[in-house]
Amino acid sequence: MRSDGSQSAPLGLKIAAACGLLFLHLPILLIFVYAFTTEEKSFVWPPPGLTTQWFAVTWNRPDVWQALSLSVRVAAISTAIALILGTLCAAAVSRTKFFGRETISLLVILPIALPGIITGIALRSAFSLADIPFSFWTIVLGHATFCVVVVYNNAVARFRRTSGSMIEASMDLGADGFQTFRHVVLPNIATALLAGGMLAFALSFDEVIVTTFTAGQQQTVPIWMLEELIRPRQRPVTNVVAMVVVLVTLLPILFAYYLTRDGDQIAGSGK
Amino acid sequence: MSLDAAMPRATAPAILPGSGGMRGALSDLFWRRPQLLLFLMLAPPVLWLGIVYIGSLFALLAQSFFSIDEFSGLINHEFTLKTYGDLFQAANLDIILRTMTMAALVTLASAIIAFPIAYYAARYARGRWKALFYLGVMLPLWSSYLVKIYAWKLILAKEGILTWLLAKLHLLWVLDGWLSLPVVGGNSLSVSATGTFIVFVYVWLPFMILPVQAALERVPGNLVEASSDLGASPGQTFRNVLFPLALPGIVAGSIFTFSLTLGDYIIPQIIGTSRLFIGQAVYSQQGTAGNIPLAAAFTVVPIIIMGFYLWGAKRMGAFDAL
Repeated sequence: MRSDGSQSAPLGLKIAAACGLLFLHLPILLIFVYAFTTEEKSFVWPPPGLTTQWFAVTWNRPDVWQALSLSVRVAAISTAIALILGTLCAAAVSRTKFFGRETISLLVILPIALPGIITGIALRSAFSLADIPFSFWTIVLGHATFCVVVVYNNAVARFRRTSGSMIEASMDLGADGFQTFRHVVLPNIATALLAGGMLAFALSFDEVIVTTFTAGQQQTVPIWMLEELIRPRQRPVTNVVAMVVVLVTLLPILFAYYLTRDGDQIAGSGK
Repeated sequence: MSLDAAMPRATAPAILPGSGGMRGALSDLFWRRPQLLLFLMLAPPVLWLGIVYIGSLFALLAQSFFSIDEFSGLINHEFTLKTYGDLFQAANLDIILRTMTMAALVTLASAIIAFPIAYYAARYARGRWKALFYLGVMLPLWSSYLVKIYAWKLILAKEGILTWLLAKLHLLWVLDGWLSLPVVGGNSLSVSATGTFIVFVYVWLPFMILPVQAALERVPGNLVEASSDLGASPGQTFRNVLFPLALPGIVAGSIFTFSLTLGDYIIPQIIGTSRLFIGQAVYSQQGTAGNIPLAAAFTVVPIIIMGFYLWGAKRMGAFDAL
């Protein structure tokens, strides 16, 4: 690696990096092909024929719609809770130094640093000790807890870039705390919050490990898929749902990236 | 937050008039007593996480000191260490050891595959390519976990694309040879330990790439140039300059790959053998066996392992690379 050629990577590195990226992407692309296959019983490759009939079949399946509706409702409410808690926490941690500040960051990160099964079974045993029956809200309780960190990470990164002198200037010009928040702080952090919210939504929409412990008999989309993976009923329908799930999670991620692309810390690096 | 949503703003002059009444008084109070504001901001998230999360963890820990009555199957709410005694049976130790071996191998493989991607993205990719690399890691990271597992079920199935590809390349004998090996082999890749390993690596790989890339971004390019100017071969530069500087990133990434592998019970259940991992043992103990105390004791194992791991990682400065 001579300094005159430093802008061009060695061939070996290029190949290794390209192979790594292909390894990451090809399996997902395969899902798109299988959604159109005519084969019903096995995963045979290459597909014997292509058809779009499974989209219609999936469309008419009430269980898929119920799961989708539950997932969207859970994700929306969890995101809203996570937005409030995450922003408050980020504001407190980034604007002041106080005793126990490190502990607070650790507390926020812990739900995703520990394996999901621990969060799941901990919540489950707490529900059973407190005699709380499984419901929509038990799912939300779990999801909101690990969604906080996503919002928190985005908001903290943005707060760090927003200089404190703007807040002081606003106060000097006579704005009270609420006006400063409304006209100075909020416009500054709005896109970071939107990005954090989308990522939280995507995280909640996709969560399965904690949900299996907090859902009881209810089915979110991931739980529905898990059931199909363990006890397949109609494989082509699973293929179609898998493809739709990929597309549904793709859009918020791309949009969150677009919103925060100019920052030094980009959304999503803290899943 | 919604307190002043009704504030008129389009007509606001450059210098806003001071507001009187309750709101003004409250605002002044927060200004004079920042501690109060801090307390009010921290209270909701800390209460939520403290009660819902830490509370649940303690509930879990408490359960592990209960025991199950072997005859009635009811949980005996008295303090005992019997459950921990049950945990250290040979069969359970076997599960713990198997899971840790898998976690270590997965971490190692992820680091090896992640390094070139992270290094290329950090040092050579510019402008549009940089964005492409970033999204190239981010999209698989955020793609649905179950869909990714499902994709590998399609790939590794006996009639799937991998077998087809190897048949076309006349390399089926390699696959058959590998599958006939003990421990790693099996009927097909989708019911073998090798399959479990591949899927673990695939699913956790992005978690390794991002921190390694973050660590490598901070290595000045001229450091690598200086090393080669001083006569080091690329291999020496890697061993003595790049690798030590990337190590905190690798350790940070390994926190995720290790912890996620320790706790996962879905991947080995869908793609793998009938030999259990910690996650599956926990799941079956709390579910079908109804032995919540033993399940709770089992989860204490990854918590302790991760505790030591995080402690070591912190000493290596890995948290700065997160």
